[in-house]
Amino acid sequence: MIEIANILIVVFLLIGAFLSLVAAFGVIRLPDVYTRNHAASKSATLGVMCILIGALLYFYFIDGYFNPRIILGIVFIFLTSPVAGHLIGRAAYNSGVKLWDQSVRDDYKEVSEKKKKLAEKGNR
Amino acid sequence: MIHTVVMISIICIAVAILALTYRVIKGPSTPDRVIALDAIGINLVALIALISIGLDTNAFLEVILLLGILAFIGTVAFSKYLEKGVIIEHDRDR
Repeated sequence: MIEIANILIVVFLLIGAFLSLVAAFGVIRLPDVYTRNHAASKSATLGVMCILIGALLYFYFIDGYFNPRIILGIVFIFLTSPVAGHLIGRAAYNSGVKLWDQSVRDDYKEVSEKKKKLAEKGNR
Repeated sequence: MIHTVVMISIICIAVAILALTYRVIKGPSTPDRVIALDAIGINLVALIALISIGLDTNAFLEVILLLGILAFIGTVAFSKYLEKGVIIEHDRDR
C-alpha cells in the first residue's frame, strides 16, 4: 500500500515539475505576447496542480493527515489562473501590443476599431 | 525515493523560475513582464509545496493559498491599469 502511494506521489511530482519546466521554456522561446500567455497560463497551471495533488497524497498517505487547504489551493488556482491569463491578454491587445508578424488573421481588429470610434464619439 | 524526487523537482522549478526571470528582464512589452511575474508566483506555490514535503511539515500550507490569492489580485490590478489607466475607478466624473 505504502509503495503504491510512493509511486503515485513520485509520478505526480515528476509530471508537475516537467510541465512547469516546459511552460518556462515556452515563455522564453515563443514569438509574441499571446503565444507566451498561452504557454504560461496553461502548462504552469497544470504543473502546479499536479505538484499540489502530489503534496496532498503525501500528507494523506505518509502522515495520515487529510489537508483541506491544499484542495482549496488546487481549486483556487484552477479557477483564477485562466481568468488572469484572459485579463492580461485582453489588456495587451487593447494597449496596442502587436501580434507576431507571421500570424495570418485578426478577427478582433474590426470590432475593436469600431468600439474605439464609438468611445471617441461618446467623449466628444 | 521521495526525497530524491523532491530534490529533482525543486531543481526543475528553480530552473523554470530562472527562465521566467529572463523574460521579466528582457520582455519587450509590459504585458510580457506581467505574464512572467504571474507565472513566477504560480511556480512559487509549487516550490512551497515541494519544500513542505521535503521538510515533512504541514506548517507552510497556508502560504500556498495566500500566494495564489496574491498573485491573482496583482495580475488583475495590473491588467486593469494597463487597459484603463486607473485601477479603482470613481463612480462618476465630477
